[in-house]
Amino acid sequence: MTGPSISDAVIEIQGVTKAFGDRQVLGGIDLTLREHEAIALIGASGSGKSTLLRCIDLLVEIDDGDILLDGEVITDPSVDPVAVRRRLGFVFQAFNLFPHMSVIDNVTLGAVRAHGESRKEANERARQLLERFGLGGRENDKPDQLSGGQQQRVALTRALAGRPRALLLDEVTSALDPELVGDVLDAVRDLKQEGMTMLIATHEMSFAREVADEVAFLHEGRIIEQGSPERILAEPERPETRRFLRRLLAAGRI
Amino acid sequence: MVLTSEGWPDVQETFFSADAFKTSFPEILKGFWLDVKLFVGVEIVVLILGLLIAVIRTSKVPALFPIRVLAAIYCDFFRGVPVILLVYLIGFGIPALELSGMPDDPVILAAIALSLAYSSYVAEVYRAGIASIHPSQSDAGLATGLTRIQTLRFVVIPQAIRRVRPPLLNDFISLQKDVALVSVLGIAEAFRIAQIETLSTFNYTPLLAAALLYLAVTIPMARILDHITAREQINA
Ligand SMILES: Nc1ncnc2c1ncn2[C@@H]1O[C@H](COP(=O)(O)OP(=O)(O)OP(=O)(O)O)[C@@H](O)[C@H]1O
Ligand SMILES: [Mg+2]
Repeated sequence: MTGPSISDAVIEIQGVTKAFGDRQVLGGIDLTLREHEAIALIGASGSGKSTLLRCIDLLVEIDDGDILLDGEVITDPSVDPVAVRRRLGFVFQAFNLFPHMSVIDNVTLGAVRAHGESRKEANERARQLLERFGLGGRENDKPDQLSGGQQQRVALTRALAGRPRALLLDEVTSALDPELVGDVLDAVRDLKQEGMTMLIATHEMSFAREVADEVAFLHEGRIIEQGSPERILAEPERPETRRFLRRLLAAGRI
Repeated sequence: MVLTSEGWPDVQETFFSADAFKTSFPEILKGFWLDVKLFVGVEIVVLILGLLIAVIRTSKVPALFPIRVLAAIYCDFFRGVPVILLVYLIGFGIPALELSGMPDDPVILAAIALSLAYSSYVAEVYRAGIASIHPSQSDAGLATGLTRIQTLRFVVIPQAIRRVRPPLLNDFISLQKDVALVSVLGIAEAFRIAQIETLSTFNYTPLLAAALLYLAVTIPMARILDHITAREQINA
């Protein structure tokens, strides 16, 4: 299934399928994420957004197809998944911070243990990143002493600490109170301006509109429509997309 | 003796004799030192071995399947056999086999028997703790670039241990008492010495002296346990 890779493609997904038992969750996904590009992955709950992101980070094994990172097939059994994950950053919907560690230890754990940085250099960089995301002075707090928005920014910092080639963001704002969404949104917008390559699963249409270069609409495990945010959000072609957007509009999420 | 004695003075003399206490206590205390050494040594082995077994039992690597089965059998077996029976079996059985290279020191054999029993209890405690950590924590560890073993070591196990500290300490207290079981091998530990004294003098005070020594370590442990449990309830 491996086709010729596009030169500036960072992540290429080619004919990826995944079933849990007899439930087909991904039904043949093709998607290319280029350098400095941000793609928003939208779709109803259960359409397979999280599963796709987890497949890319090799947290879930795919059934068929290929996923490439910088032209290398990473879904081949001979590839070391740990080495792949060290090149990617993942931010979870529920933050998944390590509750027994301080904020700074959350951020430096991967840098020190996975990337072999010295404690000193990891701490310095973590401090800079935390400062940048408005978390200066919170280094020694435990995650449960922070608000949801702060926790998610710590999670974002943790993902960035490994200097990822691309960031995979899984509904990073949907566990947050509406008034806290803005902080995280700003942080992600910032990263985009800096040129970070990102795949963003989201229910938050402001993400799609303000951060993404492309929007891909996932429906029952297939990307049935893809294009610029303006076009997809304003004049979707597929009835499924229209229905999805109408429902979001009714729920006041656009 | 107890049944035939009438009235408080007799009871006092048989159970609370100051003289008998004074003469027997130094010997019992010496014996108790062996209990303490046994207990500390076994506890260290148990904490490490129990964790190892729990990690094996909770692993999902297909290649470890045969070891997982062995670990499950280990736990079922040693949890299911009364400790005193294990002490007998190993304490008398192993020397009887006359295998070369096998230890025949009853203290070592007793330590092995207690380690086998308690590592199976403690493994189950750890296992419950590991199982209680949500898989999303492992996901986060892996996504951070850690290996599976690093994820266990830095993310899952520290949280699991925190969660099972009360039951772990409970087993700790049980072990402190169960070291007395090794007296069946004729090891001169506190209970055994007290027993011998009692049999030769027909006075039960030495047993009471031994009981006080056990209480001197188990009661502080129980208070520590209460303290930790209370603190955890506040945090939760
Ligand atoms: N580990 C798993 N085992 C079995 N089924 C799973 C597993 N993970 C996901 N699924 C199923 O796969 C389908 C897609 O789930 P997924 O989480 O990818 O959807 P999603 O688009 O991210 O939804 P949401 O918007 O609610 O997060 C769902 O029906 C879900 O129940
Ligand atoms: Mg999801």
